[in-house]
Amino acid sequence: MLAVDKDTFQVEVLEAEDFVLVDYWNDGCEPCKALLPDIEEIAAKYEGKVKFTKLNTTGARRLAISQKVLGLPTISLYKNGLKIDEVTKDDATRAKIEAMIEKHVS
Amino acid sequence: MENLYDVVIIGGGPGGLSAGLYAARARLKTLIVEKAKVGGQIVITHEVANYPGSIPNATGPSLIARMLEQMKSFGAELTKDNIIDVDLTGKVKVIKGEQGKYHAKTVIIATGAVPKLIGCPGEVELIGKGVSYCATCDADFFTDLEVFVVGGGDSAVEEAVYLTKFARKVTIVHRREKLRAAKSIQEKAFKNPKIELLWNTVVEEIRGDGVVQSVVFKNTQTGEINEHFADEEDGTFGIFVFVGFDPKGDLFKGKVTMDEAGYIITNEDMKINIPGVFAAGDIRVKSLRQVVTAAGDGAIAAIQAERYIEHEFTE
Repeated sequence: MLAVDKDTFQVEVLEAEDFVLVDYWNDGCEPCKALLPDIEEIAAKYEGKVKFTKLNTTGARRLAISQKVLGLPTISLYKNGLKIDEVTKDDATRAKIEAMIEKHVS
Repeated sequence: MENLYDVVIIGGGPGGLSAGLYAARARLKTLIVEKAKVGGQIVITHEVANYPGSIPNATGPSLIARMLEQMKSFGAELTKDNIIDVDLTGKVKVIKGEQGKYHAKTVIIATGAVPKLIGCPGEVELIGKGVSYCATCDADFFTDLEVFVVGGGDSAVEEAVYLTKFARKVTIVHRREKLRAAKSIQEKAFKNPKIELLWNTVVEEIRGDGVVQSVVFKNTQTGEINEHFADEEDGTFGIFVFVGFDPKGDLFKGKVTMDEAGYIITNEDMKINIPGVFAAGDIRVKSLRQVVTAAGDGAIAAIQAERYIEHEFTE
């Protein structure tokens, strides 16, 4: 997974072609940490089809809010720089993240 | 039989981990199944000041990390799986997860509780968009913004104090004119200059396009309605909800005896209506839902499971 920050988000996510997934997380978010291994496994499964990135929202608060992300964990799917789908909080589970990807990528 | 355990514990919060510790120390083959984050609700709590021996500066995650290490050192296994069905009626119980199937001589239900929703229009749609039930997860987004905390119990007031480290102003919205929180917690709140209190007030609706932009309050005494809008420069504000808990017992509905709210009824030995099945922690009917009482439940359940196995499975 590619770690992005407020400087690289524009290029790696908003100007990227095709599918990009963003895992919004931060250090205080224990549910985010518990979810990360699942996302890494999903990333391996969709290698070549979806670019997996993660953004630590600490230090990128304004960027996250501009993406209408004000709660963690949030997993968003972008296509050609536009957010097309998202799961957050209790819906951010392995099964629901995979279902979201399957719905758009196939 | 494949995957036959002496004890399968469903849920990895303080109740489940304590049961795991006692079961493993009794040399029972023990498995804890946790679907998401080990530790349950306590790992999203920034401070645990009331667990005996946990001061100073104990956090939920640090306490749980020590519990987990201790439990594993005695040989209990932990697996990550989401349980989707259980058959508790046979002598050997069957627990079906998304990842695998587990068999057990005894089962300890320690699935816990989840934060209750306000139940007003707009709330669910704006979760993660300004509505939150987890201050440690989301406080950071509200740095220098305004925040409302709904509720008047320990969690509400504790988290309101925590949120003052981030937000420029925190307003506690409570439906009564007196807080329920412990006096020591109230004192901290009352002397914090960033905290204001809005008494006799309930949230009627939360509004916003993509993010929270306004909230509608109702005064329970006068019936007066008042809509609060986000400061124009801010564009949004936070609403943190701590109005109680709901049991996480859907899996067991119709299978085990529950009260009207859905909490599992046990006796003082943590036994439920099915032999060989026990419940521990927040999921059971009890008067105080805390780490310390969950840990006590877990210990009792594990020891009772050991006795049950000795009695039922020894030839």
